[in-house]
Amino acid sequence: MSREEVFNKLNEVFRDVFDDEEINVTDATTADDIEDWDSLEHINLLAAVEQEFGMKFNMGQVVSMKNVGEMADIIISQI
Amino acid sequence: MKELEYPFDSELILKRSKKLRRQLLEGRTDFLTKKIAVLGGSTTHDIIRVLELFLLNQGIRPQFYESEYAQYWQDVMFDNPELVAFAPDLIYIHTSNRNVTAYPAVTDSEQQVEAALEEQYGHFHVMWEKIAGKYHCPVIQNNFEYPFYRVLGNQEAVFLQGRISFLNRLNDRFYQYARAHSGFYIHDINYAAASYGLDKWADPFYWHMYKYAMCMPAIPEFAYNLSNMIKAVFGKNKKALVLDLDNTLWGGIVGDDGVENLEIGQETSMGQVYAEFQNYVKAQKEIGVMLNINSKNEYDNAVAGLEHPDGILRPDDFILIKANWELKSRNIQEIAAELNILPDSLVFVDDNPAEREIVEAQVPGTAVPAIGTPEQYIRILDHAGFFEVTSLSEDDRKRNDMYKANLARQKQQLSFGDYTEYLLSLEMKGTIRPFEPIYMARIAQLTNKSNQFNLTTKRCTQGDIEQFAADDRYITRYGKLEDKFGDNGVVSVVIGRKESAEECGNAAAEGPVAEVSAGTPALHIDLWLMSCRVLKRDMEYAMMDSVVAACEQCGIRTIFGYYYPTAKNAMVREFYGGLGFTKVWEDVDGSSKWRFDIPEPYEKKNRVIAV
Repeated sequence: MSREEVFNKLNEVFRDVFDDEEINVTDATTADDIEDWDSLEHINLLAAVEQEFGMKFNMGQVVSMKNVGEMADIIISQI
Repeated sequence: MKELEYPFDSELILKRSKKLRRQLLEGRTDFLTKKIAVLGGSTTHDIIRVLELFLLNQGIRPQFYESEYAQYWQDVMFDNPELVAFAPDLIYIHTSNRNVTAYPAVTDSEQQVEAALEEQYGHFHVMWEKIAGKYHCPVIQNNFEYPFYRVLGNQEAVFLQGRISFLNRLNDRFYQYARAHSGFYIHDINYAAASYGLDKWADPFYWHMYKYAMCMPAIPEFAYNLSNMIKAVFGKNKKALVLDLDNTLWGGIVGDDGVENLEIGQETSMGQVYAEFQNYVKAQKEIGVMLNINSKNEYDNAVAGLEHPDGILRPDDFILIKANWELKSRNIQEIAAELNILPDSLVFVDDNPAEREIVEAQVPGTAVPAIGTPEQYIRILDHAGFFEVTSLSEDDRKRNDMYKANLARQKQQLSFGDYTEYLLSLEMKGTIRPFEPIYMARIAQLTNKSNQFNLTTKRCTQGDIEQFAADDRYITRYGKLEDKFGDNGVVSVVIGRKESAEECGNAAAEGPVAEVSAGTPALHIDLWLMSCRVLKRDMEYAMMDSVVAACEQCGIRTIFGYYYPTAKNAMVREFYGGLGFTKVWEDVDGSSKWRFDIPEPYEKKNRVIAV
């Protein structure tokens, strides 16, 4: 899966989870850029991403992940 | 909403919860609003998020109070003002084995283990007692699930020092408390974890990352099961099963294959599957679920199939057997009408997706589970939780018999020319008294279950009922009705509030309409309901007579009745008029107030029931 395809799928997941069709995530997107993205929604977001890509984040990855770009890197390394 | 009916896609629910919530709120307006306090020993955010969806789907709109992280005990014990002001209709205490603090050490003596057990149990017991005294509302408490590791291996369950032994004993103490306290219910998190798979359930990632007692993907199943308990507590259980026959209760088609070739009984694997399912259905009857048949068959073939010597269910286990070539949706509507219940109290079980679809489309509200293949029927019906038991009353156990007796009465009615003559022939005996302790549970249940013959649709918990009974400002009456076909149990409830002196003055000031002579207070009927199974038996007259007698005893000469319309209670819109009340006012929304001045002498209205 190319990085672009990963981002397309990620975008769908974000739109579902935050129920907002206008979201477009980039490498630099962080929780500050999306209004409803707080620590509690973060849990739900990660679960949805894991399901979409059929992979699992481990604890170390979750605590160090800084932005959507890093999230995409982890996904690509695991699928 | 299909997405929220068992078996559901948990991940989809978690992912799309916002959208689902929006759609649920757009879809209907007639929600029952309930205030639910969730007191957690671990994170509860996503449990509440998903629980809300399932409750909305069951017609309950929850408002939540959520304790701060792990503050369940402090909130109760130190009267958190926010919780007190919230005045919950139900308290749910979400604790898990992560909240157990007094585990014994492997080196502890038997006495030390006992002391640890007492200490741990006492921590919860003191909180429950506090809640009972302060909030008078139903409580749902989790028991404890097993830990995901065992230092003592298989002996964890055997040695008193083992954690599994400890949790089992602690759980048993919880159950003892629940058995001794009505309105206190255990939500079995231990079963939920086992059913989901303990290793997956207890994935430590979710505890250490987010302080969840369970893994995120398990939350929908957990919340669904919890929502079933809550809807049962608030009287929204289903009441009846409507079952197909061919390939649902047995393998094969009785009309084509013949009774002798049906797959039922111990001879073949498939026969065993159907026999186990018939056993399961029969057990439902024993908890008060009404059984009915809805099958495309000749009637004689249907009955012949049910008389198969290796079958478990028998024709007389069913209240109504609709075996014909009508549309199943039409049969379902007839079953609801004949049982005097609403179609949304029915669960339709049919192996054929096409039949399910037609019922789903034509009879909104009836539950139509996708029951899968025969070996899955039991699990799907069971986990769907349509008939979640909160208490078992004598009435529940006898319900099928009572409904059958009712049908026998209807048959007899046909052979009488005059209705009064028929009523007299029933040899009815009524018992009408102020609320008594042994019926409190049933009375509370009736206030939550009765929709049609219910003037104000005031819902009460058992705690409320007990308070009315103890308060001499209220006149309370329950009515039981027996006849020659059987005992109908408690079928009618009236709660009247005596007017305070203050109100009395206000009423006089309102002018001629509300003119009540000074010093003689009136009675306001806050609640009047009757079970539809005794419609047209003049039980309402007997209740009226008893209320009037109670008024006369305390010098009350005027009774006010109120009617508040709902989607379901149109049948009693003119009820008070029929009893001789006159209408005081009627609102544009259909609400009305009625007045009855007790004449002297008052002539009893009931002439057919011996009270």
